[in-house]
Amino acid sequence: MSAETRPNTESLSTGSPLLITGADLAGAGAGDLLVIDGRIAAAGPDAGDQAPEGAQRYHAEGLVALPGLVDLHTHLREPGREDSETIETGSQAAAAGGFTAVLAMANTSPVTDTAESAERIWDLGQRAGYVDVHPVGAVTKALAGEELAELGLMARSRARVRVFSDDGKCVHDARVMRRALEYIRSFDGVISQHSQDPSLAGPTACCHEGELSGRLGLPGWPGVAEESIVARDVMLARHTGSRVHVAHVSTAGSVEVLRWAKAQGIDATAEVTPHHLLLTTDLLTTYDTVFKVNPPLRPQEDVEALREALADGTIDIVATDHAPHVRQDKEHAFTDAAFGMLGLETALSVISTVMVAQGRMTWADVARTMSTDPARIARLTDQGQGLTVGAPANLTLVDPDRKVTVDAANSKSLSRNNPWHGRELVGGVHLTMLRGRVTAREGLVWGAQA
Amino acid sequence: MKHLLSIADLSREEILEILDTAVSMHEVQHRDVKKLPTLRGRTIINFFFEDSTRTRSSFELAGKWLSADTINLTGKGTSVSKGESLRDTVKTIDAMGVDMMIIRHMASGAPAQIARWTRCSIVNAGDGMHEHPSQALLDAYTMRQRLGDLEGRHVALVGDLTHSRVFRSNVLCLQKLGAKVTLVAPATLMPAGIGAWSAHDGLEISHDLDAVLPAVDAVMMLRVQRERMSGGFFPTAREYAVTYGLTKDRLALLPDHAVICHPGPMNRGLEISGDAADAAQSLVLDQVSAGVAVRMSILYHLLAGESSGAQSGEGSAA
Repeated sequence: MSAETRPNTESLSTGSPLLITGADLAGAGAGDLLVIDGRIAAAGPDAGDQAPEGAQRYHAEGLVALPGLVDLHTHLREPGREDSETIETGSQAAAAGGFTAVLAMANTSPVTDTAESAERIWDLGQRAGYVDVHPVGAVTKALAGEELAELGLMARSRARVRVFSDDGKCVHDARVMRRALEYIRSFDGVISQHSQDPSLAGPTACCHEGELSGRLGLPGWPGVAEESIVARDVMLARHTGSRVHVAHVSTAGSVEVLRWAKAQGIDATAEVTPHHLLLTTDLLTTYDTVFKVNPPLRPQEDVEALREALADGTIDIVATDHAPHVRQDKEHAFTDAAFGMLGLETALSVISTVMVAQGRMTWADVARTMSTDPARIARLTDQGQGLTVGAPANLTLVDPDRKVTVDAANSKSLSRNNPWHGRELVGGVHLTMLRGRVTAREGLVWGAQA
Repeated sequence: MKHLLSIADLSREEILEILDTAVSMHEVQHRDVKKLPTLRGRTIINFFFEDSTRTRSSFELAGKWLSADTINLTGKGTSVSKGESLRDTVKTIDAMGVDMMIIRHMASGAPAQIARWTRCSIVNAGDGMHEHPSQALLDAYTMRQRLGDLEGRHVALVGDLTHSRVFRSNVLCLQKLGAKVTLVAPATLMPAGIGAWSAHDGLEISHDLDAVLPAVDAVMMLRVQRERMSGGFFPTAREYAVTYGLTKDRLALLPDHAVICHPGPMNRGLEISGDAADAAQSLVLDQVSAGVAVRMSILYHLLAGESSGAQSGEGSAA
């Protein structure tokens, strides 16, 4: 980035004490945040009183301060498809979207199924420096669903892997899933399951199975393909006493199963994507492949159930399932095009629009579902600790009233498969800070090592 | 009208216009010299990504009899099979200045996508499990030839509805022409969400072919697409033939005036018996014959219809 395009807040990255004044502290009312040596030194209405002489001031009146966002479900495509995204570009997109940590899914090429491959991703994330990049380890070797990957070695590696997933594929063999859950218990891991029974849909399934797929002649997944695996897995979690996490929940039926599981005290958590909270399967009428995603967009009644479940805590967190693809991978017939859409840069705005502005969630709920709970599920020690004294100064300042018209051309991602292009959303990320250093402001990103 | 992608895009009046024009086009087939100058100088590409014999040759004849320059391309051996995106492939052809692409593709929606990527006219010659609009138009044409106006007529569509693009286009076309439609198939071969669909569109659904046949004016038997079935849609071919096949015994249940259609190719002994296929009420070969005329009409309306009145007049077979 050229010096001319850098905002004049770059000086905030100098490391001197910083007092952020007047922000709404994650929905708890207006207050100040004092940042010294990359940590929160004071927080609250009187924090300013503790600011040392000469501390820089950043006026944040009218903004909401959130703990830095954590995405439990990101695809960064490196290694293997660096033409779609790299750890560096994906990290930049994450910073622009208000994130300070992302968990990079294992379905790269080669698959992240060894300690060495996990450490390499961790190191590349550290080298980029925009966000913490935590590798997700594969559950099974090469995502083949047959033999367990080196779960323990990945957990013991420098990357300290705690989340394991064959995402993109379901661990559909119940015996393998049971063994994986049993095995990870000793190091407090969690299996993040892509719940989708492959035997309930043909290999060309590409959308929600329902009236529209019937009319369009597109092979679909019925909701029960997801729900039956969610039901099986929560029972396996109860049987093994392990933690299971349901990735990208998409149906009302899955919500019902999760509600029951939580009532039973089963250690099952779940995530929902921003796109499943706002977009519906009706968008497929034009066969526009930007809306082809796995799991598929569902009808409005499922969307309503997901919103309600996120608001009442049945679904624990928001995760983006950021899935970049180069143009040519989407420019095929609908059944042949790649699954996935971008999400890192728009997630906060979508949640603001559909949940906060509609009165379904508070900013405190956003802090919980997009920062503290994702970090807790992933057992991160340096992220998601809230706006509390002593915590690392990982912060996201949000302008809750700003109207954002999404322009795909402005994305930091290498890819442009952006389903939000041209849409107006309410609420935008103003500034992102990682351990006291500004990584992005108003969509402009610069190196944390600069 | 620039493209023919779906029957849903056509009004009742446009359908009737195509069918009426096809009557005069049909006469050309019986001439010694089957050639009209209507599309002289126009170029049509038959781009068939999926194998086809009757539809491709039917469109090719239609184009040639209207004096268009026609070229056949297949997906095999082209840049598509070398990994090029569909968009780049069709844009390459489009850049050569063709006037129309007639697209057959194994994926639903491909012609609609291609129409957004190119400037020439696109005709959907069958896309995956979605639609086959020219087939529906020729089916309606054939039925009208025998039954007259289809308003108030009762047509049963029987068989593998899930995988049938012919069914999806025919439902739309027949309903736009005022016909009552009953769908007959085992529940495993009904499309997803058919309950909501039929409720919106007034379709009737039955699993009892014997109960439906005495009340119909036309019955269209659809091919059991075994190649699309990954398994388990019905127990055995024998059970299907006994339960849903148009057998010799069932012929007797049809009213005397009723007609039998099948878009082909037929699985004799499965969805239709040899007796039914060759019966006096069978319009199977009439459908094939009508196909060329209806496709000539489609090409005429898309290419000549839009250019100039003089050319339209020149192209008229009347």
